Amino acid sequence: MSHIFRTRRHVLATTGILGGAVLLQGPMALLSPAQARGIAPTPSMRGGSNNYRPNAPLVESLGSGFLVFGTVRRAQDGAALGNIRVQIWAATTLGGERDRRNHGSVLTRPDGSFQLEMMQIVPNFGQPHAHLAYDDGAFQTVFLRPVMPSPKDRSVRADFVLASA
Amino acid sequence: MPLAKGRNPLYAASIWFALSAIAIGPILIAATSPYLAYRGIAYILGGFAGIFCLSLMLFQALLAAGYLPAIGIAAARLWHRRAGSAIVILALLHVGGLYLTSPEDTLDALLLASPTPFSVYGVVALLGIVATALLVLLRRRLGIRYAAWRLIHNAMAFAVVLATIIHALQIEGAMGSFSKVLLCVAVLAATGGVLFDLRVLKPLFFRRRGGQTPCGGRDARR
Repeated sequence: MSHIFRTRRHVLATTGILGGAVLLQGPMALLSPAQARGIAPTPSMRGGSNNYRPNAPLVESLGSGFLVFGTVRRAQDGAALGNIRVQIWAATTLGGERDRRNHGSVLTRPDGSFQLEMMQIVPNFGQPHAHLAYDDGAFQTVFLRPVMPSPKDRSVRADFVLASA
Repeated sequence: MPLAKGRNPLYAASIWFALSAIAIGPILIAATSPYLAYRGIAYILGGFAGIFCLSLMLFQALLAAGYLPAIGIAAARLWHRRAGSAIVILALLHVGGLYLTSPEDTLDALLLASPTPFSVYGVVALLGIVATALLVLLRRRLGIRYAAWRLIHNAMAFAVVLATIIHALQIEGAMGSFSKVLLCVAVLAATGGVLFDLRVLKPLFFRRRGGQTPCGGRDARR
């Protein structure tokens, strides 16, 4: 029975995202590259820094089955930032958000993209979500807390636009 | 006593069975959640304390009004007080368990700085429960008239029930979706139904007959 409810919510969420994407596509396509350059920095999200352990070690992965990914760009010109450390943590099938095994860092590639494979993220404190941090001084610190539309999702995306410190 | 159909034991048993199933079913389903394996003991106990709270709320209004079959009004009121005490303790255990699990998330919620939309309803319910408990303990000392006290108690209890239901429905956790919605609908129907009967229907009925407006239910005040 619970499947019906989850599925319906999933359908609604998916519809909402698709609808939003369609609405965004129009105006975004009209923006010329020159206009797109004025990129505002990403603000930290509420609760983003909760259970943060500074300087999580650089890892190849924290498990498998779930992907946290995104990009890091510079505010103003929107340039991709390579070799930037992104710290990631979440409650997974391994344990809670404070569990060391659920904390790891990755570096961005030259194109500004990053990804970390980890164990499946599970709902924590009522929402399935991940935490990401940029906290290395060259730019202003940003803590993100993206929420997954469904706890069954196998990935979550978070993008940083960093302002110089 | 609109629900009491004489002393038919089958009727009484079926009412109690249905209510118990609606209240206990969600607890059993939550106990089978795979999420429990990924959580610490404080988180699990804190979570179940919250579910027990919600389940107990199904009975509170029905007990207080004496609408349940096969239980006398004095016993019903006694169990209303016991369940009320349990709700206070369970709500505190709920917050305590969550605090041990993640102090930052719990403090964010209590300070209304949490990103989760359901936290504020949880805090409203918690404050309502604590205020209700204080009002129960201090009723005589405050010297509030019993009828006025009951009206305040009714209003606060209804606010707590509403806030708890909204809180529970928005949470993605160990509870099964269907059993949770069913329990929430039942709690709202029981509480709302009792209040509507006591505060709207009965006063109208009594007034039309020229009788005194009752303060509701059978009076078992001591």
